[in-house]
Amino acid sequence: MENDKDVLEVRNLKINFNTYAGTVKAIRDVSFDLRKGETLAIVGESGSGKTVTTRSIMGLNSPNAVIDSGTIMFKGQDLLKKSRKQMDKIRGRDIAEIFQDPMTSLDPTMKIGKQIAEPLIIHKGMKREKAYAQALEMMKLVGIENAEQRINNYPHQFSGGMRQRIVIAIALVNYPEILIADEPTTALDVTIQAQILDLMKELQAKTNTSIIFITHDLGVVAGMADRVAVMYAGKIVEYGTVDEIFYNPKHPYTWGLLNSMPTMDTSGTELPSIPGTPPDLLEPPVGDAFAARNKYALKIDTEKQPPFFKVSDTHYAATWLLDPRAPKVTPPEPIIERQKHYAKLVHQEIDKSKGKHVEEQEEQL
Amino acid sequence: MAKYLGKRIFYIILTLFIVSTITFFLMKLMPGTPLTNQAKLTPTQIHQIYKQYGLDKPVWQQYLVYLGGIIHGNFGTSFQFSNQPVSYLITSRLGPSLIIGGQGMVLGVLAGLIVGAVGAIRANTWVDTSATIISILFISIPSFVLAVLLQYYLGLKLRLFPIADWGGFMYTVLPTLALAASPLAETARFMRTEMVDVLSSDYIELAKAKGLNKVGIIYHHALRNSLIPVVTIIGPLAVNIMTGSMVVENIFSIPGIGEQFVKSILTNDYPTIMGLTIVYSAMLCVVLLITDIVYGLIDPRIRINK
Repeated sequence: MENDKDVLEVRNLKINFNTYAGTVKAIRDVSFDLRKGETLAIVGESGSGKTVTTRSIMGLNSPNAVIDSGTIMFKGQDLLKKSRKQMDKIRGRDIAEIFQDPMTSLDPTMKIGKQIAEPLIIHKGMKREKAYAQALEMMKLVGIENAEQRINNYPHQFSGGMRQRIVIAIALVNYPEILIADEPTTALDVTIQAQILDLMKELQAKTNTSIIFITHDLGVVAGMADRVAVMYAGKIVEYGTVDEIFYNPKHPYTWGLLNSMPTMDTSGTELPSIPGTPPDLLEPPVGDAFAARNKYALKIDTEKQPPFFKVSDTHYAATWLLDPRAPKVTPPEPIIERQKHYAKLVHQEIDKSKGKHVEEQEEQL
Repeated sequence: MAKYLGKRIFYIILTLFIVSTITFFLMKLMPGTPLTNQAKLTPTQIHQIYKQYGLDKPVWQQYLVYLGGIIHGNFGTSFQFSNQPVSYLITSRLGPSLIIGGQGMVLGVLAGLIVGAVGAIRANTWVDTSATIISILFISIPSFVLAVLLQYYLGLKLRLFPIADWGGFMYTVLPTLALAASPLAETARFMRTEMVDVLSSDYIELAKAKGLNKVGIIYHHALRNSLIPVVTIIGPLAVNIMTGSMVVENIFSIPGIGEQFVKSILTNDYPTIMGLTIVYSAMLCVVLLITDIVYGLIDPRIRINK
């Protein structure tokens, strides 16, 4: 998997949180790569460790987070070994982040021009005028009309969608190598969501920034991502290209996620959901963390954690079902449908259905 | 802005009118008379004196007469202070009160902001705990107790400052300290809570993600946002200082209006009570007006247009 185009390599990351109740093992051995110019989606339900993973890339985990092991290699250096001061220099310059709620992520008492110019002034030591000129350019780039006047406005004078554009402008003003987008559209209206996603794609094409896109919304993933990593209970359980994950998923958890996503054919019937709740990470299960909720669980699932099994060069899944000795199981009906699709899909058709997924998701919301 | 100011000043006048009306009638309900040697006077003499001061008329008539006087800028003459006009009594004594009150307020609020901010930045450490202990102590100790302690230790024992009396900056130090304690504690407590809140907000997280260091985050983003709610307590703090100064001025024998206010109430000196009530109310109204203007300066969301 390693190659020259990787901008970020996360290896064997383990993070614990010390709490009054005990040690929460939030991230349990996570490894992934991020390639130049790609969008990697990290998908999973709340508490699966998506945000903790990206927070540790930013060096912004809360003080009670303890890095148990692992490396995060960026430009040949381990970010986990950097001091806070060194991380201050990387944040906002090489790695930037967009947050979930644009209504609260801008400083209400500072003019937005200054907020956008701030990373330039901090990292490049630019003079005020020059930084503001660049901020203005950035505002135009993210599609804020009348930028010349609006640069002197305060956040409360903008709508939610416009504010998220400003947040994106702040993140991209230094043309970072990596952009972490932590559910950037969750707090927005559906129509605005699509605009923001389009904007991100457009800007990515211009800047060749690599994006780590965190979401629990598979509909958004289909339209946005090149590759997808599915996280469950602090581990990545399956990863592959977006087509592989959507049309040829192998892990029962991914099946569950895809099944619980409404499609055009879903009508009149109850939307399936995954029974049960994620395990308590104070004492993670010995075997496969998903076993308790998995109707395809094998005996070994409760005893031993599954390793990654290779499906293709780009597609891996951690489930004992892929072991040659495992009994053949039939995935749920909709997944079989998806796999049939996958077999005959040509690339253009894939693109079409990508668009369809986004629309479906919007209708659902 | 001018329109806004005009409106506010109109409301201040209205407020002062209501306050003086209520005070006038409440004052008349107070037991006792302005006469200090009533027992020695014959009823005719008492009636004579009452007539001279217009106190023989029904209360509502007295009220109208008083209002008429105010409109012409006449606040009457004091019963007790050798027949001096109330306006002269107040203006000649307002200075010392404004000085110690103002100094106490500024010192208390500024020190409180610093103590509170430091406590929040070092939240849940020994620094924070010490800041909290200071706040609790200063809130709990009444200003008159603190005043006496200051007199004893800094004045009598260490001989750093004069114990009482009036005459230059050194004389203002102890009363200022006594008055500053309570606003310091209140401001510190408020500032700490606000700042802890602000420091955990999303925009601080974004500031961190921008690569701002801790100092930059606090200076550029946290301070200003924490100040917004703190401004609201300045009004109540001013009241605190005003009431505190009545006692503190007495303890330090400062020739201010606080001391005079207490004396005038004890002697039923009606015109002085009324005059001082209006002055105190006016000062509070002005403080509140300034607070609202400062509010707008700090927070663009409530800035007054035009």
